[in-house]
Amino acid sequence: MTVPSSSASDMPWVEAKRQAGTLLLSLGGSWITQRIGRQAEALGATPPGDARRVSLDMAAVEAMDTAGAWLVYKTVKHFRALGLEVELTGAGKATASLIETVAKSDIPCPPPPAPENALIAMIARVGATTFFFGREARDLTNFLGHTIMVLFRLAVRPWRLRWTAWFSQMEQAGLNALPIVGLISFLIGVVLAYQGADQLARFGAQIFTVNLVAVGVLREMAILLTAIMVAGRSGSAFTAQIGTMTVNEEVDAMRAIGLDPMEVLVVPRVLALVAVMPLLTFFADIMGLLGGAVMATAVLDISFVRFARQLSEAVTMWSFWIGILKAPLFGFIIALVGCYEGLKVSRSAESVGRQTTRAVVEGVFLVIVLDAMFSIMFSYLKI
Amino acid sequence: MDPNSDNGAPIIRIRELSTRFGTQVIHENLDLDIRAREVIGVVGGSGTGKSVLLREIVGLMRHASGRIEVFGQDTAALDDAGRRALQRRWGLLFQDGALFSSLTVAQNVEVPLKEHSKLSRALRREVIDIKLALAGLPPEAANKYPSELSGGMRKRAGLARALALDPEILFLDEPTAGLDPIGAARFDDLIGHLQRALGLTVVMITHDLDSLYAICDRVAVLTGKRVKVGTIEALLREPDPWIQDYFNGPRGRAAAGTAKGPGERKAGERDEDNL
Repeated sequence: MTVPSSSASDMPWVEAKRQAGTLLLSLGGSWITQRIGRQAEALGATPPGDARRVSLDMAAVEAMDTAGAWLVYKTVKHFRALGLEVELTGAGKATASLIETVAKSDIPCPPPPAPENALIAMIARVGATTFFFGREARDLTNFLGHTIMVLFRLAVRPWRLRWTAWFSQMEQAGLNALPIVGLISFLIGVVLAYQGADQLARFGAQIFTVNLVAVGVLREMAILLTAIMVAGRSGSAFTAQIGTMTVNEEVDAMRAIGLDPMEVLVVPRVLALVAVMPLLTFFADIMGLLGGAVMATAVLDISFVRFARQLSEAVTMWSFWIGILKAPLFGFIIALVGCYEGLKVSRSAESVGRQTTRAVVEGVFLVIVLDAMFSIMFSYLKI
Repeated sequence: MDPNSDNGAPIIRIRELSTRFGTQVIHENLDLDIRAREVIGVVGGSGTGKSVLLREIVGLMRHASGRIEVFGQDTAALDDAGRRALQRRWGLLFQDGALFSSLTVAQNVEVPLKEHSKLSRALRREVIDIKLALAGLPPEAANKYPSELSGGMRKRAGLARALALDPEILFLDEPTAGLDPIGAARFDDLIGHLQRALGLTVVMITHDLDSLYAICDRVAVLTGKRVKVGTIEALLREPDPWIQDYFNGPRGRAAAGTAKGPGERKAGERDEDNL
């Protein structure tokens, strides 16, 4: 039954002999899962011919496990179904009892469901996804309303605000994000200056590189990159934190104690991002312009002073304010999506990962959609 | 089953095993022999290193010093091929089944079969069906995903996967934890039945006193960084305070009272009990 390692090297074998109306199958070797191959599987395939009886002789079998026992039992079943007399000889006590155990466990499971027609499956998936997005949009709007209601309630009773949580979230999402946000904006300033100069040089209008960098960074690049970084850093962190708490039933515990998770978890995070995003964007503005200026000095021979003078002509105060004014709204959206996906985590660890991915994708998507809408609106307003 | 196996060398032999986490000493000069075809329960208070011991035997964790031999081979001295060959000879049931969540139950059982055997697709399916039936799962469970199963069913599915390659040793980490008393008793029966039907050696970490009385031949108690092994009657004579509290506490006495005596179980060992 179990395999002493010394004998495990023998392959299973079958020998068929016919004598006087009897098919004699002699089995030998190790009939174990790791040794069974094609020829062992063909055990029952020997045609009985004109034999009336089948005799399986297992005297030479050295080892047998459930897979081997199943093959023997299947063969016996097969020949019996053909109306033949079958006998097993030479089986040890252990092998015989194993075959009996396998016989008792002969309960076939239903086959796995066949895959659907690919076209129908695709249409069904499109439908399901559409409904999913519809529901998601509805629930997110619902959550938005809920959050605003809680915010109003807190505006009336500001002492209920969790100040410690708010400041701690501001530190994590804001202060700790400064290096990465600064570095990325700086590099984008460098890239914009370099690419812009390359094109504008063809018209001999290199100086307008400054305009390109200034308007690009202040109106769009700084805020968008900051929002994307914050969605990746903090939006995902919100989902992961709240999601883990949901898995551990901490959120349920809060509700049971009489704490409102909206007040304790969601509001400090939302307010933290709303407060911190304009500051981060301001920092990104400065770093982006600095990147452009460094590039302009190094490659384009536009000195710092000329850069500054051109800058003051190129941009109005509005360019700056448009970037800054979008920031709190984007922060609100990112935090809202992060918290919403976190609270939607079901009670399994894998759903934390799934919702976190979704939070980042939805956060960035919504930010860019909103940004596009702002662009259209500003162009109508001619700002 | 094999009559000479009980007199032979132990199937697992641990000598002077020490385990340390930083400055914290878990095991010190621990010796333990596990014989072929016995059911041994491993018990001990929290933090005494039951799971750590099991993980060290199967090579998921490294020990600080000492020697662990399985089938006479030093596990630390094995090369990759030897280690893989050894791994096929034992099965492991984790606490909550540790099933792969993206695969159905049948596919979970198929993983080791696909990886380590040359069975044809059709035969593989048939062998899977048998393993599922052996583990006491209903046929409908085969195509379900782990998340659709109850805790008890997940354990049975994990057991079916552990049995996929017909291992000689079965390691169980708290098999009855989280099951209701009826489910736990059924699982104990199942383990006992499989042990007899397949000639397994079972190493079982447990807190469940009922399991110890129901199916364990011997019990290894981790206490004072060492291990004390024996039948429950022998352990009852140990002066160690933890052992006394454990077996003679209210729960221990209750379990002893309701359990069949070990002698009775031995006599009924060959009975053909159904699942």
